[in-house]
Amino acid sequence: MDIFSQQLINGLVLGSIYALIALGYTMVYGILGLINFAHGEITMFGAMVSLAILHALLLHTGLPTAMIFALALLGAIGFCMALGFSIERVAYRPLRNAPRLAPLITAIGMSIVLQNTAMLIWGKKFLSFPDIIPIQRYQIAGANITNLQVAIIVLAIVLMLGLWTLIQRSRLGRAMRATAQSPELAALMGINPNRIISATFMLGAALAAIAGIMVNAYYGPAHYTMGFMLGLKAFTAAVLGGIGNIAGAMLGGLVLGLIESFGAGYISQLSGGFMGSNYQSVFAFTVLIIILVFRPSGLLGERVGERV
Amino acid sequence: MKTAPTHLNGITVAVLLTAGLTTGCQQKVDDSVVRIGSVAPLTGMQAHYGKDNDNGARLAVEELNARGVVIGGKKVTIEVLSEDDQADPRTATIVAQKLVDKQIKGVIGHMNSGASIPASKIYHDARIPQISPSATAISYTAQGFDTAFRVMTNDREQGKVVGEYAVKKLGAKAVAIIDDRTAYGQGLADEVEKTVLLAGGKIASRQFTTDHATDFTAILTAIKATHPDLVFYGGMDPQGAPLVKQMRNLGIQAQYLGSDGIKTLEFLSLAGKDGDGTIASMPGLPLDKMPGGKTFSDKFTAHYGPIQVYAPYAYDAMNVMVAAMVRAGSTDPAKYLAELHTIHYSGVTGDIAFDHNGDIKAAAITLYQAKNGKWEFLETITSNGEAK
Repeated sequence: MDIFSQQLINGLVLGSIYALIALGYTMVYGILGLINFAHGEITMFGAMVSLAILHALLLHTGLPTAMIFALALLGAIGFCMALGFSIERVAYRPLRNAPRLAPLITAIGMSIVLQNTAMLIWGKKFLSFPDIIPIQRYQIAGANITNLQVAIIVLAIVLMLGLWTLIQRSRLGRAMRATAQSPELAALMGINPNRIISATFMLGAALAAIAGIMVNAYYGPAHYTMGFMLGLKAFTAAVLGGIGNIAGAMLGGLVLGLIESFGAGYISQLSGGFMGSNYQSVFAFTVLIIILVFRPSGLLGERVGERV
Repeated sequence: MKTAPTHLNGITVAVLLTAGLTTGCQQKVDDSVVRIGSVAPLTGMQAHYGKDNDNGARLAVEELNARGVVIGGKKVTIEVLSEDDQADPRTATIVAQKLVDKQIKGVIGHMNSGASIPASKIYHDARIPQISPSATAISYTAQGFDTAFRVMTNDREQGKVVGEYAVKKLGAKAVAIIDDRTAYGQGLADEVEKTVLLAGGKIASRQFTTDHATDFTAILTAIKATHPDLVFYGGMDPQGAPLVKQMRNLGIQAQYLGSDGIKTLEFLSLAGKDGDGTIASMPGLPLDKMPGGKTFSDKFTAHYGPIQVYAPYAYDAMNVMVAAMVRAGSTDPAKYLAELHTIHYSGVTGDIAFDHNGDIKAAAITLYQAKNGKWEFLETITSNGEAK
C-alpha cells in the first residue's frame, strides 16, 4: 500500500509539472492553431535564468535566501515572458497568413536556435540547483513526501486555478476566448488580436518558467537539452487531454505523470520481468495511442467553441 | 588491352588527369603529416567527459610534435582529427566512416562502449587500429577484431571487484541494481549481479532506466519496497547524481555504489550533500599513485583546467599508438599493428601491454568514497589480468 501511495505522489509531482508546460502548448494552439515547438526551450531558459540569478546573488550579496529565491523566480518569469513575446514577434507573426507548415518549421528552427544559444551562454555542463531549500520529509500513509513536493503540487494547483479564473472571469480572458473563436470578429468588436496573441504567449511562457525551476529544484541538474524531452512529454499531455482545451491540458498532464509513475513502478511485475522500467516512456506513449484511437480529440475533446 | 580507349574525349582525359594530380598531392601531404582520429561525444549530455578525452589525446600530440617524432627516419607531424559521436551508436558509425575516408592511420576512441563497439567493425574492415581510452564493456574486445584495443581495465574485472566489495567489505546482503541499458551500464550491472550472487548476497531488485532519463522516483519507490542494504548504479553521472538525490528524498538510506561513470567531479557538484558517502570504483590507479600522475595532472590542468576522469587514458592511448609507429618505423597500419600487439609501454597510468584480445594486461581497480565534496581513496585491488 505504501508503494501505491508513494507512486501516486511521484506521479502527481511529475504530472503537475507536465500540466504547467502543457498549458502553454494548448493556449497557443487554441488561438493560433500552431504547435509552438520552442515552448520546451522556454522551460529550459526558465531553469537556466533562475540559476544564473541565484548563483550571482548568493555569491555577491548578503540578501536572505528567501528573497534571493523570489528574485530569481521573478527574474526567470520576466525573462521568459519577454522571450515568449519576442519569439512570437520574430518567428510566428510574419508567417501568420502563410501555409500552416511554414510556422511549424520556424517553430522547430526557433527551438534549435534557443538550444544552441543556451549552450553558448551556459556551456555543456549540467548545472545543479543550489542547496537553498531546506528539505523536510514527512510520512503520510506510509509514503515519504517532502516539503518541496508539497510546494510543487500546491503551487501548480494555485497557478492552474488562477489561470482558469483569468480566462473565465477577466476582460483579458474574455478577449482571449473571443480571439480563439474568430480573430476577425474579435477585431470587429474592438479587440486587438495581436495584443491578445502576445499576451497568450507571455502567459504560457511564465508558466513554463515556473515549471523549469521546479524541474531543476526537484529532479536535478539543468542542461541545455533538458527542454526537448520535457516539451515532448508536455505536448503529449496536451494532446492526451485534448489540444486547445485548458482543462484538458491540466488533466492530460496529471494523467501522463501518473501513467509514467505507475507504469515504471509496476511494469516489470505486470510483464513478468520481460519489460523493465526503462520502458516508462514507451508505456506512456502506448496509453496515448490507445486513448487517441478511441477518443481522437483527447480525453476532454477539443471544445472548439470555448478553446483558448 | 583490347578495349583500350580509342575514343577518349577531352573531358575524360581532363578528369583522369585531375584525379591523378589530386592523389599525387595527397600522397605528398601524407608523408609528413600523420592523421590520427580522436572520437568522443563533444556535444550533448556527456560532452564534459568527451572534451576531457579529446584534450588528453591533444595534449599528447602537442608534446609529441614539440619533441619531434621520427618514424622510419623521417620527421613527421601528427595531426588530430576530432570527431563528435554524441555518445550515439549510429552517429559513431557515421563519424568512423568519415575518418576512414579521410585516410587516418589510427583512432583514439570512442569514449563510450556503446559507440566503440559498432565503430570497431568499420575500423576493423578498413584495417585501422583503434585504442579506446575508456570503453570498458566486455564485448568491445570480444568480437575477434585484431584492431580493437583499450588501455582501461574492462568491466568483467570491474564488476567482479565491485560486486565482491559490496558483499564482503560493505556487508550488503540485499543489493538493488539499476542500469541505464547502454552497453557499458548493462554489461557492468550484469557482472555485478553475477558476483553478488556468487559471493552469497541476494538481488533485492533489478531496475532499468535510460541514459536520457531525469525522473527516477518511480523505480526508486519500487526499490524501496524491497529494503536493500545497497543500491548499485551502472551508468554515467547525468543520471547517477540526480538518482542519489531522489533516493535520499524518498528516504532510502542504503549505501550508494557506482562505477567510473559516476566517479567524476560533475557527480560531486551535481549530487551535493546527498552524494556524500557514495562509493565508486575506477579502473586503474588513483591519479597521485600513477607513475606519471602528478606531472600529467599539472600539465593538463595548466592547459585545459581540471581533469574530469579519463584524460590520462586518452593521453596514454595516443602515446602508445605513436610509440608503436616509431617502433615499426612506419605509419602504415598493416605494419605497426603487429607492434601494438607486442608493445610494452610505461605510460602515465601504468604499464601498458595488451593481451591477445586487445585488453590491457595489468588490471587494477580502485575504490573511492565521496566525502565533503571530494573523492577520497579507499583502496586499490589488483589482479594479474590473465585470469579472464
